Amino acid sequence: MITWEFIIGHLNYWFFIVLMMTGLYIVIAKGNLVKKVVGLNIFQTSVFMFYISIGKVIGGTAPIFPMDMKINNDVVYSNPLPHVLILTAIVVGIATTSLALALIVRIREEYGTIEEDEIFIIEQELDFSNTRSNTDKPIGHF
Amino acid sequence: MVPNISIFLSILIPITAAILNLVIRERPNLRDFLTFVASVLTFFCVLAILISVGNETTEEIVLLSVLPGLKLSFQVEPLGLLFALLASGLWILTHVYAIGYMRQNNEAKHSRFFAYFSLAIACVMGIAFSSNMFTLFFFYEALTLTTYPLVAHKGTDSAVKGARTYFGILIGTSIGLQLTAIVWTFLIAGTLDFSKGGILNGHLEGPLVTLLLFLYIFGIGKAALMPFHKWLPAAMVAPTPVSALLHAVAVVKAGVFTVLKVGIYIFGLEFLQNSGASYWLMWFAAGTIMIASLIAITKDNLKARLAYSTVSQLSYITLGVALATSMGVLGAGLHIVMHAMGKITLFMCAGSIYVATKKTNISQMTGLGKVMPITFGAFFIGSLSIIGLPPLGGSWSKWFLLMGALEADQWFMMLVLIFSSLLNIAYLLPIVAKGFFLPQENDLSQKYSESTVLIWLPPAITAMCCIILFFTAGHLLDFLAPIVLPE
Amino acid sequence: MSLSISHSDSFSLIEQLPILQILVPFVSAPLIVFIGNRKVAWWIAFIASLISLLIAINLLLLVNDGSIISYHIGGWAPPIGIEYRVDALNAFVLVLITLISSIVVPYAYKSVENEIPEQHHTLFYAAYLLCVTGLMGVVITGDVFNVFVFLEISSLASYVLISLGSHRDKRALTSAFNYLIIGTIGATFFVIGIGLLYMVTGTLNMVDMAELLEGKSSSSTVRSAFAFIVVGVGLKLAIYPLHIWLPKAYTFAPSVITAFLAATATKVAIYILIRFMFTIFRPSFLEELNVLDLVILPLSIAAMIIASLIAVFQKDFKGLLAYSSIAQVGYILLGISLMSERGLTAAIIHIFNHGITKVALFMVAGAYVIKRGGSLLTDLQGAGFTMPWTSTATVIGCLSLIGIPGTAGFISKWILVEAAIENGKWPLAIIIIFSSLLAVIYCWRVIETLYFKNGDSKIIVNEAPLSMLISIWIASLACIYFGFNTDTTISISDLAAKMLYLTSLNSY
Repeated sequence: MITWEFIIGHLNYWFFIVLMMTGLYIVIAKGNLVKKVVGLNIFQTSVFMFYISIGKVIGGTAPIFPMDMKINNDVVYSNPLPHVLILTAIVVGIATTSLALALIVRIREEYGTIEEDEIFIIEQELDFSNTRSNTDKPIGHF
Repeated sequence: MVPNISIFLSILIPITAAILNLVIRERPNLRDFLTFVASVLTFFCVLAILISVGNETTEEIVLLSVLPGLKLSFQVEPLGLLFALLASGLWILTHVYAIGYMRQNNEAKHSRFFAYFSLAIACVMGIAFSSNMFTLFFFYEALTLTTYPLVAHKGTDSAVKGARTYFGILIGTSIGLQLTAIVWTFLIAGTLDFSKGGILNGHLEGPLVTLLLFLYIFGIGKAALMPFHKWLPAAMVAPTPVSALLHAVAVVKAGVFTVLKVGIYIFGLEFLQNSGASYWLMWFAAGTIMIASLIAITKDNLKARLAYSTVSQLSYITLGVALATSMGVLGAGLHIVMHAMGKITLFMCAGSIYVATKKTNISQMTGLGKVMPITFGAFFIGSLSIIGLPPLGGSWSKWFLLMGALEADQWFMMLVLIFSSLLNIAYLLPIVAKGFFLPQENDLSQKYSESTVLIWLPPAITAMCCIILFFTAGHLLDFLAPIVLPE
Repeated sequence: MSLSISHSDSFSLIEQLPILQILVPFVSAPLIVFIGNRKVAWWIAFIASLISLLIAINLLLLVNDGSIISYHIGGWAPPIGIEYRVDALNAFVLVLITLISSIVVPYAYKSVENEIPEQHHTLFYAAYLLCVTGLMGVVITGDVFNVFVFLEISSLASYVLISLGSHRDKRALTSAFNYLIIGTIGATFFVIGIGLLYMVTGTLNMVDMAELLEGKSSSSTVRSAFAFIVVGVGLKLAIYPLHIWLPKAYTFAPSVITAFLAATATKVAIYILIRFMFTIFRPSFLEELNVLDLVILPLSIAAMIIASLIAVFQKDFKGLLAYSSIAQVGYILLGISLMSERGLTAAIIHIFNHGITKVALFMVAGAYVIKRGGSLLTDLQGAGFTMPWTSTATVIGCLSLIGIPGTAGFISKWILVEAAIENGKWPLAIIIIFSSLLAVIYCWRVIETLYFKNGDSKIIVNEAPLSMLISIWIASLACIYFGFNTDTTISISDLAAKMLYLTSLNSY
């Protein structure tokens, strides 16, 4: 049953899904390698936001102890664990992004382009030539 | 103790010979002499088993257990012992012959050739002494692998192509069909041990028995039952000693030997008979006998003709099993020996002709009999034995097969056996006739002569054996009798 | 069987084994970078691998009786703290990883020297150890989010390692990039799945999660979590249609890395799948969804047949082996999808047996790369005579891949066929055998090229360096050894399968 409550109540999911699909679409549809990485980032970010949103407890406040360490049982805290997890995931995401960008730099050096279709053509030629020019390869570099 | 040690020795000696062949490749004379010694030793090992055991069945010795119920283990029983005796005995002769052949023909890579040859013999010994289906399968596959380099030995395109057919059919059928059958058997019977009376009785019924039998029989590609026979003609690209020992004796006989083992010790004759599973097999065997004989007549290449003749003759043995009568099985067992002796003679003669004259086609052999009397004489005797005329060994096995067909009330099969003998005459005797009686070209005797003694002596010896076997067939029969006697 | 779970806070060495397993390579990696000498780097990598192997064997001996070791990181008890949990299954996989690593590192010395420029050597060994750490971490941990973190450590390291093949062929860069994109998508899917599970259960500990998931199998959140996890892990383990990254990555990566990853990375992904399916979701859930029969089984059959067929037409030996890997993953998944203890045993034992077979074959391919300038089949012509030892090892590896009796491959296929027939699934047995026949074809193409196609008639023996040959031969002899002595491998995989089913039976 799709009711108004259902739609409003799952608002974070709708954003999450739209963002995620946008990211995936960019990864798949764009030929430029940098744009692919951007898409990948959007995709990952959507998941981060999803995690953070599920940690929210209605009426909850930031899960920080008061300075005097006197815990008031009436205060509702948001769940901190998903936030912490996402901190880790963000680090992983940064590592992935930087590695991807480094790879793109190297690809640009070797191929002279970062457009997927141009790389594809170069690679096809390589595939073809490899099967034919084998006799003049040096044997035993050692 | 003697049989146990001898079994291992008979497998280890050829393996050692193979390694020695590779190690001392620089000194051909020493290498060939050592291999000769190895072949004689192997033969004596098998002989020692014969003397100490006779035709009893020994306890199995387990080498190692791979999975619960799956073990590599050995055992001596009459059929296997006979096969081992045959293969090791003929190895001596073939080795002598091979030395002559390889040197006269300037073939390359002798060490590799002799090494794999010895390994193949080791595998055959393993097959002969295996005490369960798993061990047999293990050595069966090993035999395919070790003979593959021998078939492809020349390294030419046609040799590689022939070897591919050889390997493809043998591995394909064994993994595709035989292994399935073995797993199936293992699952329903819980064991793969060869035991008298079979292990399947009571575990399987109706058309499934037929299905399992067919999985086995077609899975044993080495038995060359049509339509899986193509590998045998394809294997003829190998040097002739290979064709002689392996593709007239060791490999193909390993195939029909496996068929016999499966028939007698996995299914059990009684079970085969009662379930009627082998009825259709009989027709396949009969068909192969007739069709292969007819194809043989059309072949002009001598080795190809002999190959198809082998296909046809192997199905005699399969037919013997399919008849599932004691006479039929005895005849099949005898035929392993008789046909081996006859066919190896023919192949060695073919090789002898090739070495001396470089001729491979029958149509070119006109008049050669007068310049190569020993070769053609041996060929003649071998042919008569294959045809099954007295006083040659082949007559006995055909006789028993006929009796088996009679015992099973299969009149049509008797007709097949008789008619196929006529076909044998039609494809074998013209060669001899051409050699001896057709007018020769003028300068033939100046151009050709018998080649070295290493080459003409072995076929002469085997031809003599064909005659001797006629008179000693009774002993053989007594020897084999326990395999069909009830418990 | 009783589940005795041991844990203690004492600091005896034996108690600390689980964390040492991870720490040894993890600490060695930065050490290598600090020292910066490539010879020392190799020694450190080698010693770290050997120590890890010893630890893994020790762990395996400890859990060999069906017990479970639970180690609490920092003394925080689960389910709050992170738990390292070792049972027969993951101890076995740990032994596989460390064993492969110990075989591959000696091989790496010469191979890396030849394929990777010198300035990258120390970083190579550092990244390699990180990769090993990540893989072991995935296996040893009992915390689902920890699985993701370690998975990404190993993946990031392997992207780097694959791209290092660019010195030999620049296509390594694009294949590493593609792997990165697909791998990251897979990992992110996996994280989504974990997030959904966390929503339902509020815990990240596997055992705790499994208990809390009971009776929630009809929840659509749980079901979609399952779907995300299977697809995410499926991308990493190259389930048939999700395999596109694999062939190129394996073909162009440095030979050492291909050998290592082919034998471990996909196997670890399969381990995750087994762990989630059987420990967390439990077989009753799988049966209710019928997902194995409807999805995994058809895909594994497709992998076994289509990937094998593609392998037949490969021009590159490494590519051929890569497609064969995809097919072999199909065998393992088939074993899992039989949903029986025997099937699971077959899958686990095939993880191991295929691991050692593939490491041997990929190392052999690397030897050809050094001596023949490439691994194209045309490069291999006649190599049987110039490199007799390497080529004999190739033959042994191929036989094991086909599953000829007397090799490790035969054992796992035998059990797999047995399991299929036991479940009354005859057609599957026939498909397994048919796929083996395809393996005969592609393997035989290689052997024929090696021995019967002479590139030139002059034969000069030009063997691979001794250090490589030793590694190659250890792996190929292992293929034969585990084909005859099956007591250890079978009893452990049997135990592992039993335990997976036992924990799940408790839930009924």
